[in-house]
Amino acid sequence: MSPSFKRPRKILSPPIIKGFKPFGGEADKHNSEPILLLFEEYEALRLCDYDMLTHHQAGAAMGVSRPTFTRIYASVRQKLAQAFAEGRQIIIEGGKVYFDSEWYHCNQCGCYFNHPEPHTKARQCPLCGSHEIAFSESENGLAEESTEVDDFCFCPTCGRKAKHHYGSPCNQMICPDCNTQMRRNRMRGCKNR
Amino acid sequence: MKVAITSTGNSPDSMLDPRFGRCSWFVIYDTETGSTEFIPNPYKNEEEDVGLAVVNLIISRQVKKIISGEFGVKVKSLLDRRQVQLILLKESGFTITKIIELLNH
Ligand SMILES: [Zn+2]
Ligand SMILES: [Zn+2]
Repeated sequence: MSPSFKRPRKILSPPIIKGFKPFGGEADKHNSEPILLLFEEYEALRLCDYDMLTHHQAGAAMGVSRPTFTRIYASVRQKLAQAFAEGRQIIIEGGKVYFDSEWYHCNQCGCYFNHPEPHTKARQCPLCGSHEIAFSESENGLAEESTEVDDFCFCPTCGRKAKHHYGSPCNQMICPDCNTQMRRNRMRGCKNR
Repeated sequence: MKVAITSTGNSPDSMLDPRFGRCSWFVIYDTETGSTEFIPNPYKNEEEDVGLAVVNLIISRQVKKIISGEFGVKVKSLLDRRQVQLILLKESGFTITKIIELLNH
């Protein structure tokens, strides 16, 4: 546990809407409970099927291992299918917080906790009082993975490339050379299903 | 100090509710007096802005620590700003009684 250790923050770009409502058919007659999508599930779907990252890349971008990413991705697919098949509303909300360097883990009671005073170190578990605590480096205690993914946005007119930044869609970037709306490099797909 | 615990029911035998904003009950435990108060979550079935409403409820009770199974990103930043400490228990099987015992270590 080195004091200089800083895990890159996980990128979670909030969805631009809060959900979807079905319409037509029997949509109005159904009064069923909405399906709740977690932010992380939304993010997984967006990175994989909208930004066309592989599961490995998307997991790295979210700071989770590939198996964890695959599980989140499977969950969002299942939920969307259920919403479609049953004509249910979708609400996008909440979800797990990604652990970064400010989270600690207690080896005694197993809890995770943050430490709201940024300039001091936590000394004991706020739940059980144990001193057996450690920085939690990632959700599953797995080795950190690089969040650098060598993907880029490109200009369809002059071909200029720019590094892609997660959370900012390429089509909101304007080419500095010719003012064209830029696009995502879509060479990669989700090959790890 | 006051601690909020998300609970599935209104008795000490109830389990920790893994959801924060949409939990069934909040237990407000006072570590100094040892008193517990069960408050039903009035925002449980709201469609929107549950996180903010629940955070305001918690803050109005002078809570300094919250124990739950997960916190949304928005909720975390709201609580960070107010210096409320978050404690996550990922394993199920913790009753309110057990959690209070841990707090009284
Ligand atoms: Zn502990
Ligand atoms: Zn250009």
